[in-house]
Amino acid sequence: MAYVVERKPLTLAERLYLPQIFAGLRITLKHLFAPNVTLQYPEERPVIPSGYRGVPTLVRDPQGREKCVSCQLCEFVCPPKAIRITPGSVPADQPDRLHIEKAPQAFEIDMLRCIYCGLCQEVCPEEAIFLQNQYSLSGYTRAEMVNDKARLYELGGTLPDQHYKWDKKKAAAEHGNTH
Amino acid sequence: MIQPLPSDLITVNVDGQDIAVPKGTNMIEAARLARVEVPHYCYHPKLTISGNCRMCLVEMGLPAVDPATKAPLMDPATGKQKINWMPRPTIACATNASPGLHIRTNTAAVQDCRNSVTEFLLINHPLDCPICDQAGECKLQEHSTAYGRGYSRFVEQKNVKPKRTQLGPRVTLDDERCILCSRCVRFSKEIAQDDVLGFIDRGSYSTLTCYPGKQLANNYSLNTVDLCPVGALTSTDFRFKMRVWFLKQTPSIDCESSVGANTEVWSREGVIYRITPRQNDAVNDTWMADSGRVLFKEVSAADRLSGATLNGAQVTQGKALQAAVDLLSGRGGRAESGAVKGVAVVSSGRSTVEEQFLTRKIADKLNATVALVSRVGVGDKILVSADRNPNIRGALVTGLIRALPEQKLTALGAAIDAGQIQVVLSMGEDLIAAGLTEAQQAKLAVIYLGTHQNATSAVASVVIPTLTVFEKAGTLVNQQFRLQKFARAVPGLAGVSDDLVTLSYLLNALGGTPLGATLGALWPVIAAEVKVLAHATYDTLPSTGLLLDSASWAGLPFVEGETLHFKPVAGPGVTS
Repeated sequence: MAYVVERKPLTLAERLYLPQIFAGLRITLKHLFAPNVTLQYPEERPVIPSGYRGVPTLVRDPQGREKCVSCQLCEFVCPPKAIRITPGSVPADQPDRLHIEKAPQAFEIDMLRCIYCGLCQEVCPEEAIFLQNQYSLSGYTRAEMVNDKARLYELGGTLPDQHYKWDKKKAAAEHGNTH
Repeated sequence: MIQPLPSDLITVNVDGQDIAVPKGTNMIEAARLARVEVPHYCYHPKLTISGNCRMCLVEMGLPAVDPATKAPLMDPATGKQKINWMPRPTIACATNASPGLHIRTNTAAVQDCRNSVTEFLLINHPLDCPICDQAGECKLQEHSTAYGRGYSRFVEQKNVKPKRTQLGPRVTLDDERCILCSRCVRFSKEIAQDDVLGFIDRGSYSTLTCYPGKQLANNYSLNTVDLCPVGALTSTDFRFKMRVWFLKQTPSIDCESSVGANTEVWSREGVIYRITPRQNDAVNDTWMADSGRVLFKEVSAADRLSGATLNGAQVTQGKALQAAVDLLSGRGGRAESGAVKGVAVVSSGRSTVEEQFLTRKIADKLNATVALVSRVGVGDKILVSADRNPNIRGALVTGLIRALPEQKLTALGAAIDAGQIQVVLSMGEDLIAAGLTEAQQAKLAVIYLGTHQNATSAVASVVIPTLTVFEKAGTLVNQQFRLQKFARAVPGLAGVSDDLVTLSYLLNALGGTPLGATLGALWPVIAAEVKVLAHATYDTLPSTGLLLDSASWAGLPFVEGETLHFKPVAGPGVTS
């Protein structure tokens, strides 16, 4: 059904035309002297606000041990199924990884699938996966856009840890209620 | 084990709902019949009652009677018989239902019992669900969600216990997770008949362990992993391989022997991760042998046949099939062309009923002699029988063979020596292992339809790869003459046709009546031709199988001895 839109007749000021011209020029002049908001990307980079959801990464604890235990909850929760984990067990004879039983053998995040929703970070019981500040990704092939475990740790680095889970496990085994 | 229930029923009352249950049913099962779940850890329907987890505490009451006259005491308010409620809760697993028994499972007191038991169990629990293989199918996890408080009041340090004790070659124990329910101990003693497990030490030091110098190494050890309600006993093979919620379950059949234990195949994206038993109270209860759990490894074995070959050279499937047809119909091969050639079919007790039916059709068409390879081992009297062919009876039922196979293919060997047989169609069978000599095999043009390489596939004129039992669907007939079906768990190897497609192509090309190459198309034909399968179809076959009329084969000397739920009919050749 057709609508008939009633148009108000122009006022005198509008019909004079000049007030509108000056109003426009005032806005132009204001922006001429206002501080610049355009970033000269990529030479200039924006300041990333806290809580930003960039590329998902794996992090190590301050002692350089991997925190991920390959529970595969991120793989389960990931809406676009971008995460693929091959779980593996940690042999008992590694002195620096005592009390760690399970770690990922392979960990892949397909950045062509990732939608940066942050559910993996939210679901991680070990605080091992974080969406950090990196936002710009490019590659020449599809394979290049799949971040493997080494790349994920390289991107993630070390974040401050609140729990020191493995140290607690070690302390419990050495001084705790050992049976 | 629970005794077979007598048929007479009694009425019990579960949460105000009257229900008739068989006499001798315990309260957990009675509640289950009333669709009320009583949480439990140590109780298992196929094991004896130990009553140590205390999770199944319920309130129980009995109809009041006058102590002197034994006359029922009536409640004037309701006009019904009074119920004397016991002042303390009782464990539902160890209390059998009696007439008029009243059970309350939803009162505040029962709830309080469950909450308290859960809190005690979680005091020393390591809470490593993120790395625990049981997570997702863990009773402690489920009941903690329902009855746990969500936080811990325990401020002291938790016990630290060994995390990866090897109890045997296939079972790893995580001691911290154990809740001492003793299911594994009872299973080893009662079902596996290998009493190696036990608890040592007291209190929080209590530990599940093997008797000194022994190992949990029997062929049923992995059942303890299945029935462990928590993640204490884990399968060394499956440990840390995949979380269970990713895995798809497919009903299947254990093909290692004629017991035909019902199984569940757990796969993800075409990769099989584990095999566990599927409950069938008429065949395998809830158990299966360890040896049947590793059979899925054949799917990705290095010696798997992946492409058709003709005289050792890779060819397309179509060319190989054409060559097979030429050989079978006497138009090619090693013998002089034009000469009438004898064809023999070496069929397999590992083929499905449908494949055996098509094999019979091919053999009938060719007037070929049919042999079947016998595999006799030693039965363990539990769930591995002496006959290691899962489907000898299928071959009998479909009419592929009339008598039981001879131990070695001596008759076939003699026929080859006499020059009567020049072409052999082998259904995945290794002719050398089946009793032919190298010299005899060398005289033959062999068409090999099989899954893996062996001495016969290496010299066969035509090799056509086929699918393993995990990659196809079909039916098998077990030692009880129970027709059981299995479904396809994972897609077949790329470029390999389904066995039924290959066989029906051969049958068509040899001039037989065209039959379907799918189960849906084939079953009406089978049902019409085979009398004992008259009313069977693949789709309507119950998941627990269909017992066939075995009267026609009652006199045959089957090799099986007694196993769980199976007693051989005393025949001339039966050895127990």
